[in-house]
Amino acid sequence: MSATVPACFAIDGERVAEELRGACEKLDSASGEVVLDFSSVHRIDTGALMGMEKLARAAEGKNVRVALRGLTVENYKVLKLARLASRFSFAD
Amino acid sequence: MPENAPPLSEERIVYLEGLVNQARTAAAVFSQYTQEDVDRIVKPMVLAGLEKAQDLARLAIEETRIGVLEDKAIKNMVATEFVYNYVKDKPTVGVIREYPERGLLELAEPIGVIFSLTPITNPTSTVLFKCIMAIKTRNAVIFSPHPNAWRCCSEAVKIMYETAVKHGAPEGVFTCLESHTLQDNAYLMHHKDIGLIDATGGPGAVKAAYSSGKPALGVGPGNTPVYLEKTADVQMAVVDIIISKTFDNGTICASEQTVVIDDEIYDRVLKKFEDLGAHICNEKETELLGRTVIDPATGSMQPMAVGQTAANIARFVGMRVKPETKLLIAPIRGVGSEYPLSVEKLFPVLAVYRAKSVDEALKTCVDVNHAGGVGHTAVIFSNNEEIIRRFGDMVNAGRIIVNSPGSIGALGGVYNDMVPTFSFGCGTGGGNSTTDNVNVYHYLNIKRLARRTQAHMWFRVPNQIYFNMNAVENLRNFPSRSTMIITNPALEQLGMVDIVRRSIPPQTQARVTIIPDAEPDIRIVMQGVEALNFYKADQIIALGGGSVIDAAKIMKLKYQSPEADLQELAAPFLDIRKRVVQYPTEKINESRLIAISTTSGTGSEVTPFAVMTDKERGIKVTLADYSLSPDVAIVDPQFVMSMPRGLTVDTGVDCLTHALEAGVSIFASPYTDSNAMMAVRLVFRYLPEAYENPRDEEARTMMHNAACIAAIAFSNSGVGVNHSLAHSFGARFGVAHGRANALMLPHVMAYNASVPAKFMPNPNQRAYVAHKKYAMMADLLGLGGHTVEEKVGKLITATEQLLDHLGVPHSIAELGISKEEFERAMPDLARNAFNDPSWRSNPRLPLVNELVDLYWKAWRGRGAAKLETTQPKKAKEEVYA
Repeated sequence: MSATVPACFAIDGERVAEELRGACEKLDSASGEVVLDFSSVHRIDTGALMGMEKLARAAEGKNVRVALRGLTVENYKVLKLARLASRFSFAD
Repeated sequence: MPENAPPLSEERIVYLEGLVNQARTAAAVFSQYTQEDVDRIVKPMVLAGLEKAQDLARLAIEETRIGVLEDKAIKNMVATEFVYNYVKDKPTVGVIREYPERGLLELAEPIGVIFSLTPITNPTSTVLFKCIMAIKTRNAVIFSPHPNAWRCCSEAVKIMYETAVKHGAPEGVFTCLESHTLQDNAYLMHHKDIGLIDATGGPGAVKAAYSSGKPALGVGPGNTPVYLEKTADVQMAVVDIIISKTFDNGTICASEQTVVIDDEIYDRVLKKFEDLGAHICNEKETELLGRTVIDPATGSMQPMAVGQTAANIARFVGMRVKPETKLLIAPIRGVGSEYPLSVEKLFPVLAVYRAKSVDEALKTCVDVNHAGGVGHTAVIFSNNEEIIRRFGDMVNAGRIIVNSPGSIGALGGVYNDMVPTFSFGCGTGGGNSTTDNVNVYHYLNIKRLARRTQAHMWFRVPNQIYFNMNAVENLRNFPSRSTMIITNPALEQLGMVDIVRRSIPPQTQARVTIIPDAEPDIRIVMQGVEALNFYKADQIIALGGGSVIDAAKIMKLKYQSPEADLQELAAPFLDIRKRVVQYPTEKINESRLIAISTTSGTGSEVTPFAVMTDKERGIKVTLADYSLSPDVAIVDPQFVMSMPRGLTVDTGVDCLTHALEAGVSIFASPYTDSNAMMAVRLVFRYLPEAYENPRDEEARTMMHNAACIAAIAFSNSGVGVNHSLAHSFGARFGVAHGRANALMLPHVMAYNASVPAKFMPNPNQRAYVAHKKYAMMADLLGLGGHTVEEKVGKLITATEQLLDHLGVPHSIAELGISKEEFERAMPDLARNAFNDPSWRSNPRLPLVNELVDLYWKAWRGRGAAKLETTQPKKAKEEVYA
């Protein structure tokens, strides 16, 4: 039995919305889980948040789990306020 | 949702959900913004509002047909410039206020999404105002303008939104409902993602907001009474009222509605109004006006009159007035349904009332206030400060405007220093949650970060304590005209009073009052007070044990402050510094209390306590206050050399209990610990010797000192649950205090050394340390043991051995109290023990069932005292200790 290694993408803090669109497109080739590294994201803007929502919706449709890594507490709170936190999993 | 309203279509729900989703997203993003980010956005918004003030005013007039262009433009400017002037330097992000001396920080948390209703009367100015507040506080807003002011409001929202986003605000921060229905409002008011409803509008909208179950800000209706009092500057008052009532044709709900004028100036005032362009209606015109502009069915103003000019209203009614008439003034003779014009009129019609007296004027103002305007606004013109205050007390209004125009005055920031607003909170009287001028702080959740603060502690003792053999000779240092020696018969017979007399300066007139050798009751105390009054005593010498000294303390209290109510002063309290009942500070007699103790136990010579027996209730009443402390204490062992063995034991164990309880008290400090620990050491060392060899001077001296030292400790740290149990038990069964303490002591030590079921809240203690304090005492006594648990066990055993050695009964049962009798007494015992204040400083907060358990342990007897659970294990040490 071999374990599947989830696909991992680093999100560029300066281009969050575009990066999320890219991640959305890669969901098809993901096998069960995608990890997005938010370590370099300092602030989430409206576009990024809408991108997160689209990504969550797409991932749910494709039965892919999206894990966010390196998310700051501040950005985590933004996801909570936008009612998006429950749609992702979080990894250190 | 309005009754019988058709359900919203699915398409409409999708639209509304889209608005909320957009606002929620914007609010989430906005929550990350800093104060600098926010302030960078607010200023250009204000400038944009100022630039468009006239355009928006024109739009509002064209759409609503209400008000005056120039005044609406001014309102838009006030809503931007004045509001900005108020908010610009106000912190609204992160820490907004700091109170370092109180360890408090206030932090701002945005609300999120606000659903905001705006009115027809002040449409664009309200929008501008709310947009600035929302951005300043990082909130998103969904606007629902009055349907007849939608175009101008949506334009105002658009201007604010575009400017805000251009300068960095998140997209979607403001939206404006497209043409909407009451169902839309109801849907949004109940939406889970709406954090606050800010309803500036008519009573229906406000009621709907408050009925939604959501937090809501809503204004109430107004009906502003004005008292024009005879000392007022009439010229100024009339001009101000005209300014206010004609401002935007009277559409501001804080504007004047009925002016109550003192009889002496009534005619002069009306003449002045007339001179300045008002039309004074005759009786017929007043009747006609009332019938026309007020709906007779509802008693409310006709909407078509709102915001119209005086001339137009007159024309509509069929009155002939000059075209330039500013204001229609209608004299009325009362308030209520018979006088339709006494209600709110948002147009330039003003009712006036002639008052024959100040009381009549105030009463009429109250009537107007309660005729639909409770909580809103009231105005007074007067130069009589007393009447201004009375007016303030009588009317119920969030804004009481003095010597200035009501409408512009209530807006704040122009005629006074109130907060600028376009939303008037009307308090509970107006169905609102606030009486404030709604401002940025109402758009924030204010979080309080409260740091742990340590309460100040104290160490108070009589300023003079004389001790060791013949210390009584120091009495000669205290001159007095008239001294009262209070003592008991036995001490007098033993010649101890003579010893005291010999030490008093010869010129002092000394009398002796003998009181029974028992705990004082009020009758004995009052007899003593009579004697003190009769002899005008300036010095009291209490010679005796706890009972005599306690009696003297209470006599002194009643002698100095006869009005002191002992029953009230004995009221329970949790913290002596915060007690409800304060001891009197005013004294009609001054006297010095010198306490000479003749037992080695209570330490009453230095304590701030006095115990009386309440025979009727069968309990002991404990008085506690540092004003009760004797001024001078004399601890002279010659007075205890002949103390009988039984008394030596009872008082000695009482002393030990004081020391042990003071040591583990939640108010223990290094100051009290040093005394408590030393007292424990002296008792273990010298009590057995004093018991075995009563004439051993060293043992007697040291036990006498130990009692005083232990008392110094517990005077400042308090005692504990042992005393509560002993007080209740002793009073019920007539058992001496020291003996009652002794019966409880090992059980209470085991109880306090165990993990509490309930910790006692106390900011001065960082951990539960009672067991460690006992272990320290065990170390001090050299009892051995390696762990805290072992040491506590050895201390309990040593205490039990000491009690055995002293011949203290092993159990309550051994006193001849049967199980059945004890069981019958138990509910009262436990209740009275819990009511006793002594346990307030105990390290464990005693539960009533624990008190019962302790009583039963004491009934069964010593040797059963075991720690309830094991002491904390090493792994838990840092958590527990």
